[in-house]
This record gives sequence, C-alpha cells and structure tokens, in this order.
Amino acid sequence: MKKVIKLLPLVLLVIAVSAFTVDKIVDNQGYKIGDVADDFSLKNIDGKMVSLKDYKDAKGFILTFTCNTCPFAVQYEDRIIELDKKYASKGYPVIAIMPNNTNKKPGDNFEAMKERAKSKGFTFPYLIDSEQTVFPKYGATKTPHMFVLQKTKKGPVVKYIGAIDDNYKDADAVTTKYIEAAVDALLAGKEIEQKETKAIGCSIKV
Amino acid sequence: MKLNTLLIVLLIFISCKQKSQKQENSLVKEGKALVVAHEDFETDLKVYDYEGLEPLLNKKDGKVYVVNFWATWCVPCVKELPYFEALNKAYADKNVEVLLVSLDFPHQYDSKLKPFIKDKGIKSKVVALDDADMNTWIPKVDSTWSGSIPATIIYKDDDRQFFEQSFTYEELENQVKPFLN
Repeated sequence: MKKVIKLLPLVLLVIAVSAFTVDKIVDNQGYKIGDVADDFSLKNIDGKMVSLKDYKDAKGFILTFTCNTCPFAVQYEDRIIELDKKYASKGYPVIAIMPNNTNKKPGDNFEAMKERAKSKGFTFPYLIDSEQTVFPKYGATKTPHMFVLQKTKKGPVVKYIGAIDDNYKDADAVTTKYIEAAVDALLAGKEIEQKETKAIGCSIKV
Repeated sequence: MKLNTLLIVLLIFISCKQKSQKQENSLVKEGKALVVAHEDFETDLKVYDYEGLEPLLNKKDGKVYVVNFWATWCVPCVKELPYFEALNKAYADKNVEVLLVSLDFPHQYDSKLKPFIKDKGIKSKVVALDDADMNTWIPKVDSTWSGSIPATIIYKDDDRQFFEQSFTYEELENQVKPFLN
C-alpha cells in the first residue's frame, strides 16, 4: 500500500504529461464564413460568466482572441477599445477572449488579465478560455485573431475572420480598416467586401 | 562566508568590466573608432519589406534553405532557435543554410534584436522583415499560413514545405533530410 502511495505522484505526472501531449494537437479546422457559431460560457475578469445569449439587444459581436503578452496584440489594444466605443452602441459590442495556457504564459493569467484591463480601461468583457475549448472551435490560431458575428434566427453567424486593419505597427498609417468595413456593411445590410484577411500574431499557447 | 567572498569577487569583476567598457569608449574618441565600427558591422541588420525579402524565399541554386519567422519576444521562437542554429552548423557542409527572419518591431532593432543576436552568438543569417501590410504578404509566404509565429519554410529550388508550428531538433532534422537528395 505504501509503495502505491509512493508511486502515485509518478503516475499522476505521467497522466499530466500525456494529457498535455494530446492537447498539442490543435484542430485548425474552425468555423468558416457563414457557419453558425456555438455559444459559450466563459469567466469574465469580474468573476461573472458571459455568454453571447446574455446580449439581448445586440445585432452581433466583434470577437477578439487576444492576450496581455503578445506585442502584436498589445499594439491593437487601443484600436479594440475604439471599436467597442464606436460599435457597442450600434449593436456590435466587442468581446475579448484570452485563449493561452496560463501555465505556459503566466503573464496572461487571470490576475494579470484583471490588471491589464484595468490599466488600459477596457470597456468590454475580457474572458478567459481556461479550458481552451472555445478558441479551437473558432479555429483561432493566434493573438490577435478577430471574428465578426451577426445574430440571425439560426444563431450567431460568422461573417468576417482575420485582421483588424492593414497596419499592425502604426494606427495612424492604416489605410483599410477591415473590421469597421465589415461591421458597417452588416449595419447597412450590404455584402461584406473583404470577408477574410490574414493577420500576423503570436501562436496561441496550448 | 564563502558565498560572501564570492559575491565580493563578482562585484569587483563587474565593476572592472564596466571600467574597461568606459575606457573603450574613451578610446573611440581618441581615434580608434575603426574597431567599434567593425563590431557594429557584425551586428549590422538588413531590413526588408516583403518585396525585398521575396528573392530570399525563392532562390533556385540547388541549396536547401530553412527560413524561420521569429521575434525576440516570442517565447516558443526563442526556444527553438538553438535547434536552427545547430542545424545550420551540422548541415553547413551538406548545402543547407538557415535564414532567420525577425518580426521584431523597428524601434527595437537596436535595443532588443541586435543585442540578442550578439549576446546569443547567433551564427545563422538574420534579417528583419518590416512590412505592416500583413494581409498582402502573409499569403505570399504560404497560402496556408494563418499568420502566427513561429513559422518555418524549408525549400530547395521548386520543392517547398511550410510549417506553422514549433520544432524540436529531431523534428526539424527529419523535415530537412528529405530535401538533401
């Protein structure tokens, strides 16, 4: 019996390690344009759970997978705040989700998220995908990675995937604002011209 | 007690080092700038936009090129960097060359990237890609690239493979070997 107890930590370690190995295989086949997205229930930095269905009056969502520690994501923080200020009142609020494994990236842990949101003055929920089950569904591979959803009778439909705009370094040098163009089109009942773009980002840590 | 002695010795060493650096700097003023200029040249960094980088991703000289997109602040990138360095060394005589394409921000070239290259003693060729219009160039690097780093291309003439992932040395070696024939 003693022997078994002695061995227990080793067994647990093996299980833990093998669990992580399995986790490494991330399915990149996430949502495509036109797919209906599943709702989620994720913990916000205020401790409350947030779901898409909570937003009774929203017409859709600007969903961003982002984090504290990726310089590309940090470059976009102010622009994400601006998006929320501009579009939340028009029915397209921003929801930010932090997808990283916080054991790998302690700078993205729940406490750090709270601090970052406070110091930057986030006007939107900053949720943690602690089980890392939501980002694979979307096929998010990096931070920042944006998705625009439109509420329909079928559910929230994916309308845009990709970058925020065409200059990750300098907000003043941007020539095309992809997200704004997409949401403006949806608000006007028009077809989005550029439904998918590629953005540089930090790989999501699993 | 022993630890204290060690600490004192260390402190002396550090202060000596700082002193000698100061001396070097003052020497520069006295006309030995050539040496320093040469040192700067060693960490000289070529910065490209995508158009400038593209020829380096499409050489057709029978050599195997391993091109890694990385940044000094990217933890998994820095973790796998020694494997690329080791590969570059081990396969230099087998016509394999590593190219490290940094995506560090321009304002950190001097403060972060160049010191990193120097401190780590990186022997592989390092260039920087400074091109903000990512939606244009990411698909040109590879149509399947979502845009996350680390990312790696292995190519020889018209054969190429693209990887949006991290590598161990063995994994990297296993992907390079088929290109050697």
